[in-house]
Amino acid sequence: MPATVTLEIDGQPITVPTGTTLLNAAALAGAMVPTICYHEHCTANALCRLCVVEVEGARVLAPACVATAAEGMRVHTRNERVERSRRTILELLHSATDISEAPEIQLQLDDYHANRERFGNCEQREPEIIDDNPMFIRDYSKCILCWRCVQVCAADAQFTYAINFSGRGFETSISTFFEQSLTESSCVFCGQCVGVCPTGALKPKREWLLEQGQAPADVLAATRGPGKKQRARK
Amino acid sequence: MVERSPCLGLCDQAPAAMVNDQALGSIPVGVPAAVIASKSLAKPAVVGGSLRHLTRRCGTGTTPVLATYVADGGYSALTKAIQQLTPAGVIAELKASGLVGRGGAAFPTGVKWESAANASGAEKYIVCNADESEPGTFKDRILMEDDPHAVLEGMLLAGYACGAQRGYLYVRAEYPHAQQRLAAAIAEAYAGGYLGSNLLGSKFCFEIELRSGAGAYICGEETALFESIEGKRGFPRVKPPFPTTAGLFGKPTVVNNVETLCNVPLIISAGAAAYRQHGTEKSPGSKLFCLSGDVARPGLYEVPFGVTLRTILDEMAGGVSGGTLQAVLFGGAAGAFATAAHLDVRMTFEDLRKADLPLGSGVVMVFNHTRNLRTVLEGLAHFFAEESCGKCYPCQLGTVRQHEILTRVAAGHARAGDSQLLSDVGWTMLDASLCGLGQTAATATLSAIKLWPELFAANGKAQPAHTP
Amino acid sequence: MSTPQPRPLPNGGQPVQREPQGNLIVTADRTVSTTCPYCGVGCNLQLHIKDELIYKVTSDFEHPVNQGNLCVKGRFGYDFIYSNKRVTTPLIRKQTQAAGARTQAFDRSEWREASWEEALEYTTDRLVEIYQRDGEHAMAVYCCAKATNEDNYLLQKIYRALFRTNNVDHCTRLCHAGSVTALLKSINSAAMSNTAAEVIDSDCFIITGSNPSENHPIIGLQMKAAVEKYGSKLIVIDPRKIEMCDFAALWLPLKPGTNVPVFNAMAHVIVNEGLVNREFVEARTTGYADYVKTLDKFTPGYAEEISGVDRNLIIEAARMYARAQRGMIFWGMGISQLSHGTASSLGLIHLAFLTGHVGRKATGLNPLRGQNNVQGASDMGAMPFFYPGYQWVDDETNAQNWEQLWNVEPGGLNRKRGLTTTEILTHAHPGGVRALHIMGENPMMSEPNLNETRKHMQQLEFIVAQDLFINESGAFADVFLPATSWAEKEGTVTNTDRRVQRVRQAIAPRGQSRPDWEILCDLAQRIEARLGRPNSAHWTYNSPAEIMAEFGKLDINYAGVTYERIERHGLQTPVPHNTHPGTPFLFAKDFPSGRGKFIPVDYVPIMEPPDEEYPFILTTGRVLEHWHGGSMTRNSALNEIYPAPVVEIHPVDAAWANFTDGQPVRVSSRRGSVILRTRVTEKARAGVIFMAMHFAEAAANLLTNDALDPQAKIPEYKACAVKIEPAAEQDLPHPDVTTERGRW
Repeated sequence: MPATVTLEIDGQPITVPTGTTLLNAAALAGAMVPTICYHEHCTANALCRLCVVEVEGARVLAPACVATAAEGMRVHTRNERVERSRRTILELLHSATDISEAPEIQLQLDDYHANRERFGNCEQREPEIIDDNPMFIRDYSKCILCWRCVQVCAADAQFTYAINFSGRGFETSISTFFEQSLTESSCVFCGQCVGVCPTGALKPKREWLLEQGQAPADVLAATRGPGKKQRARK
Repeated sequence: MVERSPCLGLCDQAPAAMVNDQALGSIPVGVPAAVIASKSLAKPAVVGGSLRHLTRRCGTGTTPVLATYVADGGYSALTKAIQQLTPAGVIAELKASGLVGRGGAAFPTGVKWESAANASGAEKYIVCNADESEPGTFKDRILMEDDPHAVLEGMLLAGYACGAQRGYLYVRAEYPHAQQRLAAAIAEAYAGGYLGSNLLGSKFCFEIELRSGAGAYICGEETALFESIEGKRGFPRVKPPFPTTAGLFGKPTVVNNVETLCNVPLIISAGAAAYRQHGTEKSPGSKLFCLSGDVARPGLYEVPFGVTLRTILDEMAGGVSGGTLQAVLFGGAAGAFATAAHLDVRMTFEDLRKADLPLGSGVVMVFNHTRNLRTVLEGLAHFFAEESCGKCYPCQLGTVRQHEILTRVAAGHARAGDSQLLSDVGWTMLDASLCGLGQTAATATLSAIKLWPELFAANGKAQPAHTP
Repeated sequence: MSTPQPRPLPNGGQPVQREPQGNLIVTADRTVSTTCPYCGVGCNLQLHIKDELIYKVTSDFEHPVNQGNLCVKGRFGYDFIYSNKRVTTPLIRKQTQAAGARTQAFDRSEWREASWEEALEYTTDRLVEIYQRDGEHAMAVYCCAKATNEDNYLLQKIYRALFRTNNVDHCTRLCHAGSVTALLKSINSAAMSNTAAEVIDSDCFIITGSNPSENHPIIGLQMKAAVEKYGSKLIVIDPRKIEMCDFAALWLPLKPGTNVPVFNAMAHVIVNEGLVNREFVEARTTGYADYVKTLDKFTPGYAEEISGVDRNLIIEAARMYARAQRGMIFWGMGISQLSHGTASSLGLIHLAFLTGHVGRKATGLNPLRGQNNVQGASDMGAMPFFYPGYQWVDDETNAQNWEQLWNVEPGGLNRKRGLTTTEILTHAHPGGVRALHIMGENPMMSEPNLNETRKHMQQLEFIVAQDLFINESGAFADVFLPATSWAEKEGTVTNTDRRVQRVRQAIAPRGQSRPDWEILCDLAQRIEARLGRPNSAHWTYNSPAEIMAEFGKLDINYAGVTYERIERHGLQTPVPHNTHPGTPFLFAKDFPSGRGKFIPVDYVPIMEPPDEEYPFILTTGRVLEHWHGGSMTRNSALNEIYPAPVVEIHPVDAAWANFTDGQPVRVSSRRGSVILRTRVTEKARAGVIFMAMHFAEAAANLLTNDALDPQAKIPEYKACAVKIEPAAEQDLPHPDVTTERGRW
C-alpha cells in the first residue's frame, strides 16, 4: 500500500498519508467540515452525518469523519447538495432536542442558514431530568444521541458498560440496564460521560444547581446527605 | 392480546394475522380478534410464472423431505462442487453466470464470494439473510417453507467456495413456520451427512445454525443482522469495512439473501452457460416477483429477466382488480411508485434503473383508482418512523418528521412548503443516512412528489382517491 | 407537543435567560489547570470556577497522563475544601496537654482561636524549648505525601538545618518501604522504572498486590485498554478477585503473604525451562549462580502447597511473562506491606532480571505509588536516611554539600540516620522523641495496631498539626496550623511515573488558611531567630519556584526542572539539565548500582497465621470512592456513594459462619475490635476477609499487626489473624445502610 494518496478537495489537489480521513484531509486543505458527534478521543461512528461531503461518483454522500481519502478522489466539502443535507440535519436536530447549551451547534445553525422554525409544531423529546446520584444529573431532553457517553463508558475509556440504549428510532434514549438508577448500575461515577457530553445533557450536579440560582453554600449542602459525616469519637 | 405488526410477510394473502404463531391469511376486515383466531390457516401460496426454476418445488402444499429433495436432484450441485470443482472453480462458475444479489443491492455474488475467499484469516462465516422484512415481499418465506434444503445447499456451496466452516441462517421472527421447516431440514441434513464434518468424504466441514430475529426491520440490514447474531442491539455498522473483510464477529463473512442462495445450486448443476440462457445479458436468470394489492391473483411469480410489467401484471396475476390501475409500488416500502406509463418497462436491472425504479426485492404492489395515495404514503412513513433504529440523525429524526408531515397531508391539512420540506427531508435521508433503511425511507415519497405534486398542495382537500 | 421557543445563545460570558423556567447558563469566571490531589497517577484537572466555587472539573484530552479521563475522586471529590468542618483559623488547645495524659479534642470548643502570630510564636517556643532541653533526638517530623515538593523540601530542611535531626519520614514508610528497600539493594533506585501508560505497548503484564481499577483508576483503564484493544496479556497475582481479574488471561489467587514461593516458583520454571534471557543476565546482573541454587526447593508443587495456587497456573504465568517481548510488572502494597515485604519485592525483581524485562520501553519494575506526591516527598528527602535526591545522610560529602547550600557550619548537620515513621512513635517516651510536627498525615488512622499508636501519641510532650481538618492525629495536638488545600496554593508534585507537574492556585485561601510553604518559611524564621543561629539557612522565597531552584542545585534529578518547562505537561525525572527532555523509562544502559544484584530470598510465613481462635486472615486496602484516613473523601459527596465501612467476606465463609449480607458483625484481632456490616462477595477469597482503611468508626488498623519488616520497617498490614462474631444493629457505630452497588 502506498504511503500517501493524492486527491482533490474542492478543486485543490492535496497529498495525505494513506488512511487519512476526509475530515482531516479537508482540514489540511483548509476546508473546515463541521461535525457534531465527532470527538477526537472517541471512536467515530458517523452518526450525526453533518460532516457528509460529496465524493464524485458515489451514490450517496460520505461521512468525512470515517471515510478515508483514496487516490484520485474528487471531494466537494460544501456544495449545494451537501448544504441541503447539513441544513436539514441541523433543522431536524433543533426541532427535536434542546440544543440551547450547545453553542457550537448554534453557530452551525447560523452558518447553514437553518430555519429554527422549519418544522413548526412537532414532536420533541422532553423526558424528565434524572437526578439519582450526588455527582451529576441527566437531562436527556438535551441529549443529541452522539453516543460519546456510551462509548467512553465502554471501550473508549472506562470499560464499565453502565449505560447503553433503550428505545428505537426517535424514541432512542441513553439508559442504564432496565432503567435502574445509576447507583444500582455498574456505574463508578468516573464522569467520563460528563466530560464528553457536548450539550449539557450530562452535567455536574453543582453546576446544575448553580443554574437553578442556588447560592454556592447551598449547592455544596445539596450535594451532601444530612448528618452522615459525624466522625467516631473516643 | 392483539398487537399491530408492521409486516408479516403475507402480502399475498392480505389482510393477514398471526395467531399463536400460526399465519392466517385473507381474514375478513372488521371481525373481532377472537373470531379471527378460529379461522383457517393461510392457504398454500399461489406460485406461478413463465419459468419454474427457483420455484419448481414451491406452491405444492408440501415440503420435500431430504430423500425427496435428493431424488429430485437435490444436493447434486454440492456433490458436483466437492467432487469436481475447486472452491475457486465454484466462484469462477458463479462469476460467469452473472448472478447478482437479489436482496436489492444487486451486487455480483461471485465477486462477493471471491473477496471473502481471498480475505485473510481461517475463520469465516456464511450468513443467509432470511430476515425478509420488506413490506410486500414473501418470496423468501415461500422458498424456505417449500424448499428448505435448497437454501441449505446454497449456503453449503458458499461455505465450500469461501472456505467458511460455519453458517448462520437468520430468519425473521414472523416466520415461525419457515423456521420449523428449516430446523427440520437442518436436522435431516446433519443426519444425512450433508452438514457436519468431512462432507461427502471430503475435508469440507460445515455447520449451520438457525437464528431467529426479534421483529426489527433494521436487522435485515446485513451489518445490523451481524450485530443481532452477535447478541447486540441491531444497529447497522459503518461501511467500510465490508462484511467480506470484517463481518460477523469481525471475521470475513459472505451474507446473501435466500433467493440469491437458491440460485447457486441451479448454476452449479446446470453450468453458467445454461443459466444465462434465460434473462438478458446484463440480468441473467430468473427473478421472483411478489404481486400483491389490487390484483386478481396475488402471489409469487417467477419470470426470466426481461419480461415487462404488463406481462406479469396482466398475464400472470390476472390484471388489476376492483378498478383501474392508479399506481404500482415497486420494491416495497423502500421502493418507488410507477404508473400505467411504466407498464412496458422491461424487468431488468438496466431498464428499471433507466426508468428510475428500484427492482428492490421484487415487490409489485398494485393500487387501483379507489385507493387514497396520501393514506398509503402516510402508512409507509409510519412504517419507517417505527422501524428506524435511531443511530444516524437523518433517519432517526427525518422518518418521524416525514411521518408527521404526511399525516397532516393525508388529513387534508398540508401546509405551504410541505412539499419542499418533504423533499429536503427525503433527499437528506437518501443522501446522508448511514444505511439502506434511511437511504430508502423517502424514496416512495420522493417518487410521489415527482409523479403527483398536487397531492402535497397546501390547499389540497382530503380526497377519497386520486384520479390520474 | 409544545411550540419550541426561540433559544438564545450563550452571550459573551454573561449569564443569560434561557427557557421559561429562568435557569441560568453558568459561565466560568476562570478555568485553572492543575494536578489531582488524590492518587499517584497525577491526572490533569481543569477546575471551572464561579464566585470562588469550583463547580465543575474537566481534564485536558491531550494530557499524556490521563488523556482527559478521570475517576470519581478527581472529577467530583474536591468538595472537601469547602467543608464547614475545615479549620481556617489557627487554634491552640484550651487545656494544656501533659505528656502521658494527652487527649483527643475533635470538638472546636476544646480549642481557642489564635492569631498566626500567636500560634507560630507558641509553636516556636515549645519546639525550641524541647530542642534546647533534650537535643536533636527529641525532635521528629512527619512530612506529607499529599503536600507539594516545595512544602516537603522546606519541612525536612527545617528539621535538618535547624533542629539537626534526621527523624524525618512520611507515609512512604507505610506503603512501599519494602519495595524501596528491595529496589535500592538490588539496583539502587526506587522509583517506577517505566511510564504506566506504556502498558499498551507491552505483550504481557503482571499486576500483583495491587488493585489498579480502584486505587490507580486511570492506570487501571489504560491496563484494560492494553488487554482489550492492544492484545496484551494480563496476569493477576492477588488473593482478591479484583476487577482486573475480569480482563486477565491468568489469575493466581494466592493466600496473603505467600508471594515469595509463588514468585520463586515462577523463577524456577523460567530457569528450568530455559527461558532465561542469558544475554541480559550475563551483561547486566550479578549473583545469578548463587541465586539459582536457592530456587531448587521452589518447585511449582511446593509453591502450590503454600500459596494454594494451582501449580499449572504458576507454570503458565512464568512462561507467558518470560516469552513476552515486552513484559511489565506492576505491584502495590500487597507486595510491600508484609513483614517480609523486602523479600517479596526482591522475588519480583528477580523475575525481571531473569527475563531481561527492564531497561526498555513497556517493560520494567513498576511499584505503583499511592499518594499524589509520595514520589516527590521521597525525592525531597522526607526520609530518615536521605537528603533530597536519595543522598545518604551518613555520607560525609553529601552532608558537606548540604551544609554549604543551607549555610550550616561545617559538621553541623546530623550524620546519623534518623527514625522511621513507626519508630518515631515507638520512641515517644522521656529520653526519646518529645516533639512531633505532623504536616497533613494521620498516623492515628494509618499506623498499624492503633491502640498501641494511641498510647505513643499520648506520650508526646508537644504536637503541632498542620492540616485542613482536625483528624484523629491532629486531635491530639497542642497547636493547629490551618493550611490551604491544593486548590489554594502553588507548587509541584511528582507522580508515580516520576512526572513533575504543577499544582496551581484556583481559589483564594479559605479563611485565614495559608499555603504550607508560607507557614513553614514563617515558622523557620522564628525558630532560627530564637535559636540565635549566626547564619541564616535562607527562608525567604518569593514563590515556590524559587524553592525548586534551590533544591535543583544539589538534586541532579530535578536540576533541569523549572516551572516554565513544566507549564503544560510536566517532565519525567531524572531531568539532569535544563534542555533535557525527561526520562520516560530508566536503566536503558545500566542500573545506578551498575549491575543488578540477585539477592536470594526464602519463604517466611506471615507473623500471625490464622488459628482456631482467630480463623480468618484479614487483609486491608482501599476502595475507589475513598482516600486513606478519610479526611478528604469522608468530607465530600463521595461519602454519599460509599457511606459506611463493610467487611468483605466470601460466600463460603459467610455460609460457614452463618452470616448474611449486610449483617452487623464484630471483627476482632488480638489487638482490637471493630463493628461493621458484612458484604458477602466473591471478590474476597475463602478464608480471607477484606476491610478498607478509610473508616474511623471501624478503623481497620485497630486490628492490623504492627510486626515490621526487619529491613524496611514496614508493618504487616496485609495479613493478620481475626475472628468474626455476630453483633447487634445498635452496636454499629452508624446505622447507615450501605448503598447497594452494582459494581465490584
